[in-house]
Amino acid sequence: MATEATEVTGDGPSEARRRSPAIECRGVTRRYAGVVANDQIDLEVAEGEIHALVGENGAGKSTLMKMLYGLEQPDEGEILVRGEPQVIDSPRKAIELRIGMVHQHFMLVDAFTVAENIVLGAEPDKGGGRLDLEEAERRVGELARGFGTPLDPHARVEDIGVGQQQRVEILKLLYRGADILILDEPTAVLVPQEVEELFDNMRQLKADGKTIIFIAHSLDEVLQVADRITVLRDGKVIDTVAAADTDTHQVAEMMVGRPVLLRRVEGKATPGGPMLQVKDVRVTAGGKEVLAGLDLDVRRSEIYGLAGVEGNGQAELVEALVGLTIPETGRVYLDDDELTRADVRTRRQAGLAYIPEDRHARGMVLQMLVSENSVLGVQERAPFSRRGLLDLKAIRRRAVELIRGFRVKAPSVTAPAYALSGGNQQKLVLGREFASKPKLLIAAHPTRGLDIGATQFVWQELVEARDEGVAVLLISSNLEEILALADRVGVIYDGRIVAQVRGSEATMSELGLYMTGARGGDEEPAA
Amino acid sequence: MPEILVQLFGLATIASAIRAFVPLYLATLGGVFNERSGIVNIGIDGMMIFGTWFGAWGALQWGPVAGLLTAVAAGVAVAAIHGMATITFRVDHIVSGVAINILAIGMPRFLSIVAYGQGTQSPQVPSLPKIDLPGLGEQSIMVPVTVLLGFGAWFVLTRTIFGLRLRSAGENPRAAESLGVRVRGQRWAGVLISGGFAGLAGGYLSIELVGLYREGMNQGRGFIALAALILGNWSPIGAAFACLLFAWTEALTVFLRVDWINNAFIQSLPYIVTLVVLALFFRRVRPPKAVGQAYEAGSPV
Ligand SMILES: Nc1ncnc2c1ncn2[C@@H]1O[C@H](COP(=O)(O)OP(=O)(O)OP(=O)(O)O)[C@@H](O)[C@H]1O
Ligand SMILES: [Mg+2]
Repeated sequence: MATEATEVTGDGPSEARRRSPAIECRGVTRRYAGVVANDQIDLEVAEGEIHALVGENGAGKSTLMKMLYGLEQPDEGEILVRGEPQVIDSPRKAIELRIGMVHQHFMLVDAFTVAENIVLGAEPDKGGGRLDLEEAERRVGELARGFGTPLDPHARVEDIGVGQQQRVEILKLLYRGADILILDEPTAVLVPQEVEELFDNMRQLKADGKTIIFIAHSLDEVLQVADRITVLRDGKVIDTVAAADTDTHQVAEMMVGRPVLLRRVEGKATPGGPMLQVKDVRVTAGGKEVLAGLDLDVRRSEIYGLAGVEGNGQAELVEALVGLTIPETGRVYLDDDELTRADVRTRRQAGLAYIPEDRHARGMVLQMLVSENSVLGVQERAPFSRRGLLDLKAIRRRAVELIRGFRVKAPSVTAPAYALSGGNQQKLVLGREFASKPKLLIAAHPTRGLDIGATQFVWQELVEARDEGVAVLLISSNLEEILALADRVGVIYDGRIVAQVRGSEATMSELGLYMTGARGGDEEPAA
Repeated sequence: MPEILVQLFGLATIASAIRAFVPLYLATLGGVFNERSGIVNIGIDGMMIFGTWFGAWGALQWGPVAGLLTAVAAGVAVAAIHGMATITFRVDHIVSGVAINILAIGMPRFLSIVAYGQGTQSPQVPSLPKIDLPGLGEQSIMVPVTVLLGFGAWFVLTRTIFGLRLRSAGENPRAAESLGVRVRGQRWAGVLISGGFAGLAGGYLSIELVGLYREGMNQGRGFIALAALILGNWSPIGAAFACLLFAWTEALTVFLRVDWINNAFIQSLPYIVTLVVLALFFRRVRPPKAVGQAYEAGSPV
């Protein structure tokens, strides 16, 4: 069954048409005030294929997927599921049609266990409405076993890593018997190893006869796993192509309308004296030493790339630098100021800017306007406020500048931030932090969720900021990004910097060895 | 035994604390349901007041059991207003709750004038037969009933499908909705159950504890219940301990007499203890994540 499906899709759309496609969109249009998010979309997803959806930030990918899952309704057009026209007016209806979706921003109940999250809404009944938790845990355990690395059904979702959370999301769909799976940017939050694992899982799902639609920005990833690719631009379908017949250049050109290429950005790096100094910082959390006497310094006019597998202390280091946690021992200096115990505001005033890894938790307030979000954190500075009163005009002007300067696609500056697509929210945060004229910029996964064009643009901005004297601490699980930008690379492992090399001398394989702890540890960090 | 210990922990004090425990705990249980479903209900106090009035009135007409049921019905009816405001029309939960508390100041007086010809008090009403608890004297049959309801609430919240869905609506309504849980329905259930408990708590006060309705008899117990809810970390079990503490301090206002402590201070003990305890524990508890947030199906935030 599996191989058959592969063959069918391998031969392209005309072959696939013989069986009713799993999903067919005909002339689907969705408008928001001021934007046509989806414009006459025709899309055909064959049964049993992995179908990728690509396009720039704001092209309308998430909107289209939300319509398939009943979270949004089309204004025009119709959707056919397995050949039958359907009105998908709620997720409940989508679940009935065996369609499942993993959202760009996860939808998990943090306080619930893995098992509770998975069975919610379709719980096993012990009789009389009693929740059969043992049965739930047993079934979840069973599902998880046939699907990659083990997952503890009793663990609370808030205590597990992102990669695992994503598997919980996928298991949620499988538990409900979904056979059309929609994954909105599943790879954005994963480290490379986890991406590999996800792709293995996707291939396995396909072998089990499932249909998968997924969105991704990395074209290498898309080409690696997809059977067919549909390109969206400005809400319209540009084309659907077989992955075997295309390459990254061609797809990128279709996405953007002109050739683009992600490449190392060259600048003139002449690192100066130390700007950020971290000395022997220790932080314990949950009885475990998450930062174990970490030393680090970032110089003026330098991009310091911090590489590492997620969960080795990066998050805690950032929190200690930004002022969200106070380390038990050690010191933090910015320029000449000691900031070890300073609060966030003092640090920001001292010249620190921070691009957080989770824009929803830390970067912005979704319910607030685009304009308000553009000055969040600097609102008490001139010209945005004077004597405690906000200057709304100045704030709006800044928002307009950011939107222009960072090519944020926004309906208007008075739209709520949630009306922006995921990538455009990210761009707004980036613009705001760059604009605060920092001495030190802490950038945690700055290009997460950005399209190639925007990624290239942000890289350029980071390099320009460096050339102007800013010290940049770049934290990224994407080694390509680190290698493309960093003047110096440090590897964090188990709460310590275990290796330091010059950016130009670093190689993927070497860093990989340090990241997984296969090498390094106690020898003196070089460079 | 030294006098002070008798005052603090004597059987009379404990017996009185148990009497005070019942309405507080019932109201807190109600609060657990509405908050876990995502709705803030500071109107609990008002709902209790309606319970006291309608409880007494029902007991006068049809006897104590029917009185308690009338109180429950009154609480549910007032809760329906809160549900309509917060769930259907997405009014701010606090605003709606305050409105209900204000309503509870004026309405009962008006009702009393209509029913009893005077505004502040009802005639004596019949109570349920008392039971004799060893060492603790005569207690209302509502004491064991309350304990059972506490267990019941705990069971429903943690061991049933309904409970899981209700909690999901209070923690992450968008996630719940995306799995086909009817968030609004869950929140309605939470609010109505809350009203029922608050009404019952009020009914106990007028029918069982005092034997008549008197204006102001609730003495802000609904607000102490809100504090107990927080201190009890939104769990029926935790709330039991919190309510025992508050009920005990309430009993002390009657039994504690110390020369060198001003009696006015002792009278305000329940409120002072509430404040202090909340200030000390507020950071250690964990409220439902989405409590107080309006929710609209398919909304982007
Ligand atoms: N609730 C909303 N109100 C107004 N406009 C919206 C709303 N949701 C989305 N949009 C607009 O619709 C367009 C498409 O958004 P969508 O989220 O589908 O983009 P996307 O392709 O998923 O982008 P990204 O790669 O950044 O996630 C954007 O211009 C966005 O601003
Ligand atoms: Mg998107």
